[in-house]
Amino acid sequence: MSVVTPTRSPIPKAKTIGRQARTAALLLAPFVAVFVGMYLAPLCFAVYRSLFVLKRDGLGLTAPTMVFEPFTNYLKAFSDPVFIESLGRVLLFGVVQVPFMLCLATGLALLIDSRSARAKGFFRLTSFLPYAVPGVIAALMWSFLYSGTSSPINALLAPLGIEIPFLSEDMVLWSVANIVTWGWTGYNMIIIYSALQSIPGEILEAAKIDGASAWNIAWHIKIPMVRPALILTAVFSIIGTAQLYNEPKVLQSVSGGSIDSSFTPIMAAQAATAAQNYPYAAATSVILAVLVGILSITFFKITNRGSDA
Amino acid sequence: MSTQLAADDTLASTDTETRGAAVSAGRTRAGRNFGRGSGSNPRNNRETSLTSRLVVTIVLGCFAVYFLVPIWWLLVAASKPMGEQFSSPGFWFNGMHLGSNVAELLSSRDGIFMRWILNSIFYAGVGAIVATLLASMAGYALAKYSFRGREVVFGVVLAAVLIPKILFTLPLYLMFSEVGLINNPLAVILPSIVSPFGVYLSRVFAAQSVPDEVIEAARIDGLGEVGIYFRIGLRMMMPALVTIFLFNFVEIWNNYLLPAMVINDSSLQPVTVGLVSWFASNGKVPMALVVIGALVSIIPLLLLFLFLQRFWKAGLTAGALK
Repeated sequence: MSVVTPTRSPIPKAKTIGRQARTAALLLAPFVAVFVGMYLAPLCFAVYRSLFVLKRDGLGLTAPTMVFEPFTNYLKAFSDPVFIESLGRVLLFGVVQVPFMLCLATGLALLIDSRSARAKGFFRLTSFLPYAVPGVIAALMWSFLYSGTSSPINALLAPLGIEIPFLSEDMVLWSVANIVTWGWTGYNMIIIYSALQSIPGEILEAAKIDGASAWNIAWHIKIPMVRPALILTAVFSIIGTAQLYNEPKVLQSVSGGSIDSSFTPIMAAQAATAAQNYPYAAATSVILAVLVGILSITFFKITNRGSDA
Repeated sequence: MSTQLAADDTLASTDTETRGAAVSAGRTRAGRNFGRGSGSNPRNNRETSLTSRLVVTIVLGCFAVYFLVPIWWLLVAASKPMGEQFSSPGFWFNGMHLGSNVAELLSSRDGIFMRWILNSIFYAGVGAIVATLLASMAGYALAKYSFRGREVVFGVVLAAVLIPKILFTLPLYLMFSEVGLINNPLAVILPSIVSPFGVYLSRVFAAQSVPDEVIEAARIDGLGEVGIYFRIGLRMMMPALVTIFLFNFVEIWNNYLLPAMVINDSSLQPVTVGLVSWFASNGKVPMALVVIGALVSIIPLLLLFLFLQRFWKAGLTAGALK
């Protein structure tokens, strides 16, 4: 996603500038109003709440009071092994799942784009279908397929003597990764596929005439040319990983304890909210927002630097 | 007709508008490719060997099986006799009881399931319409007017695209509980009418599809600026707005954490929250109902998606080509 250059609007005559600015303000006002109310206000409110600590007196006879202690909640979060562990888990998840999914999506896009592919429309459609299934419903479906007692997948594998413990402590993170991969590979594939379609045909023809193999064309021409689309899907996938919540939350009730209430940072923050520990929940939300922001922007900068020749 | 010509003119004449040019170039290539990719061209068969066609088809077939298996299982399980949803064989039918199962789903627990579906349609419908309108106004203003602070506004919108919405959910919950909006449909709708990505797309689409000449002509005809937006801009951006509407609709329909936190009253919940509450009820609600409900709950989006395919593609393409 390169920085977008502004559209040049009609050269305004001096008289109309004021009128234009007024109209622009009028058209922007409703969006800006709800944006301020639903994005900036809650964020500021969360920052504000995170700077206070709830103090109760020893006997709990008086109402708890808010005391201004700007660092307490943040220090607590960073020294909370449960929160740190959830961050580490999601990081591991992202490092493995995002490249894996994007490789699948790129491979799928290249295959559908290849001249050897038949029934392209059908394959595009089936890959994109999971996108129309809400994350929690997808997790419900997969939880039935994973079930320890009635998994139809394990029933199929039983004659081979194989039983996959999908919800065991060691496997459950990757079972969640599978649900996310299932849901989003097709979405990413369509973005990459659209970019592949916009490569000028002449370039591909020229490479073919020069005797380049299909593999070489894919690796040396197509993939470099869809780089912006790959960066876009990577940024969106990193953002998606940070919000990991729906899938583990649904699996939690059937996981037999392998998913606890602070499996991911958002689940941890939600658990803190449910326990009425608002200042701490606010602090973890702020930490997460900052971390995700830094991560997306860093990734963006690094990948863009390479392409700015 | 003249409008269309004017649009082409604008794109051709403004070389500086690289993004518009790239997108229009992408369009023509994509259009050409669809013809080529249809498989009707006999040259294709000469250019590719039977082995490569076979290998590609088998690999693509494996992908298709992977993507379809859970949905297939759900359809099969929901068609089995009530209470035998998890019987073997898992992936094949045992009679066809889908109709009576759905009837039982709709009548159980005072018909709460239908209520959830209607709630979802209401939240997603109202939220997406308002979000699309606000985003198109903002995107149009950012594309067609020059004013001080324009780049700042656009920069903030882009930054908001990069921060996941779910991170605002807990702060929103804290804020809504402070102002007493818990258990109020507004607590679901208000946050969902903000669509930074929609503003971004609207700006791209407005720059492409609303030519400055048309706006200029309308001004000379004496139409007011706001009138130009509503009578001309909105109309010319319509196909793009359908795309933005769809994206917003799906996003709101799929949302779980926000409605789960701000709506405790079961009769106000959307279907995602309701179904998960059944699922996690420790057997108070038969799992069979969850299976059938899951199938029914994905049907509205699948239909929306199948019938409006071209609009999906348009939105995704605009996001990728810069």
